[in-house]
Amino acid sequence: MTANGNKPKFAMYWAASCGGCEIAVLNIHEKILDVDANFDVVFWPVAMDAKYKDVEAMEDGSILLTLFNGGIRNDENEHLAKLLRRKTKILVAFGSCACEGCIPGLANLSPVGEIVQTAFNTISTDNPHGIYPRTSYDVPEGELHIPKLAPILRPLDQVVDVDYYMPGCPPESHQIAAVVDLVIKVVKGEAELPPKGCVIGVGDSTVCDECPRARNVKTIREFKRIQDVAPVDPTLCLLEQGIPCNGPATRSGCNSRCPNVGAQCIGCYGPAEGVLDYGARLISAFASVVDAKEPEEIEKILDGIPDPVGQVYRFSLPGSLLKANRNAWLKEKA
Amino acid sequence: MTNDNFEPTIIGFTCNWCSYRAADMAGTARMKYSPNVRLIRLMCSGRLDPTFVFKAFANGADAVLITGCHPGDCHYVEQNYKALRRYVLLKRVLAQMGIEPERIKLLWASAAEGAIFAAEINKYVEEVRALGPLNWGKPGNGSKPIVPDEAKESRTEVPA
Ligand code: FES
Repeated sequence: MTANGNKPKFAMYWAASCGGCEIAVLNIHEKILDVDANFDVVFWPVAMDAKYKDVEAMEDGSILLTLFNGGIRNDENEHLAKLLRRKTKILVAFGSCACEGCIPGLANLSPVGEIVQTAFNTISTDNPHGIYPRTSYDVPEGELHIPKLAPILRPLDQVVDVDYYMPGCPPESHQIAAVVDLVIKVVKGEAELPPKGCVIGVGDSTVCDECPRARNVKTIREFKRIQDVAPVDPTLCLLEQGIPCNGPATRSGCNSRCPNVGAQCIGCYGPAEGVLDYGARLISAFASVVDAKEPEEIEKILDGIPDPVGQVYRFSLPGSLLKANRNAWLKEKA
Repeated sequence: MTNDNFEPTIIGFTCNWCSYRAADMAGTARMKYSPNVRLIRLMCSGRLDPTFVFKAFANGADAVLITGCHPGDCHYVEQNYKALRRYVLLKRVLAQMGIEPERIKLLWASAAEGAIFAAEINKYVEEVRALGPLNWGKPGNGSKPIVPDEAKESRTEVPA
């Protein structure tokens, strides 16, 4: 990864994320050598040492491709999102966190004070002196700063303009490899980029459409956790076995990985094409398999989904129409 | 948070075959009812995509009223039962998002029930008025999220 003035520049950054996206990129195996052969990697904190000020010193628009993973949870994330937007020609929201918030986005159900409280002062935390992080702290060498948490987590496109979206938690390695190939072809003038705003590295329908399980349009009398279903029928649609499966709302692209091995889809590829609100689509899908007409009966069956938001927005709460719990919004004011 | 000057905005979804006609009947009979409910006609309550409800709240509605034919009377056989099931699950999701269950209501009304429809609307408007404004927030573009009160100011009222 040596500097080379002639090669197009590549960057990758992680904001509020887990690092799985970085692993997924490395998981493209020998293709990573193509990245190195065709790009000058100028900034990639997980893989190489680089300072933010090095990026600040770069000319605007001088990085050809930035894969940005992670949501925007604090002011450091926001600063880097804006900085990399300025420096980059093709900014890709990479992975579910950057696209729609993902698991860290479920924290949008709680005001920031409660989040800090849970992290630093619950029974599982050893913090006898009740020490909480401060955003600035005086030490003999000067003042230290740590990033300040934002009231809610936002996907990348709620903060800066995004050129392409590549969903998945993490994106599947074969999809990453295909996108890398495409960009290399574009650089060589052998291919053209898709229209701006496209979701790339995905299929064009739903996980259900890729899923080999049989669907018989059956209704159910009970929702169950998958571990409570024994045995799980290996060939029948999971939803029709009463297991809340998020396939009907989820974009294809993973080759229905989870249902193939007997686990329900949890929705990491985000909303399918044309779905404005992921949870809304799932509410409709789940409601249509419930076999009941009386309100009490319906309530009883739906008790089988004890955490509806966690179920229907597991990966997409900040990207949904409502985005965050009302208290999280309100507490921001104070 | 009662506010007498507060005029709630309620989005009402009606079914073409029953509740819309009930509203029509109330109108032709010159019954007065609160103008706070903005009616949107659907062909059937089964057409109600939960997206419509989220969109209404996210864009400034204080409550959503869903109406349809009485159970057994749906012109598309069983779609109002589907609407009922969606409504029950939707309500649970809204509760987790901090939206009071009273801000969404399901009402069955036949084409002959103009008077009942008008009375129910009046009652509901008062219930929502007592709840106070919802003022849902917006993420803002670029800087800080827009907090609920500012969101209200950034909205423009579209005359009916
Ligand atoms: S036709 Fe009125 S609810 Fe279906």
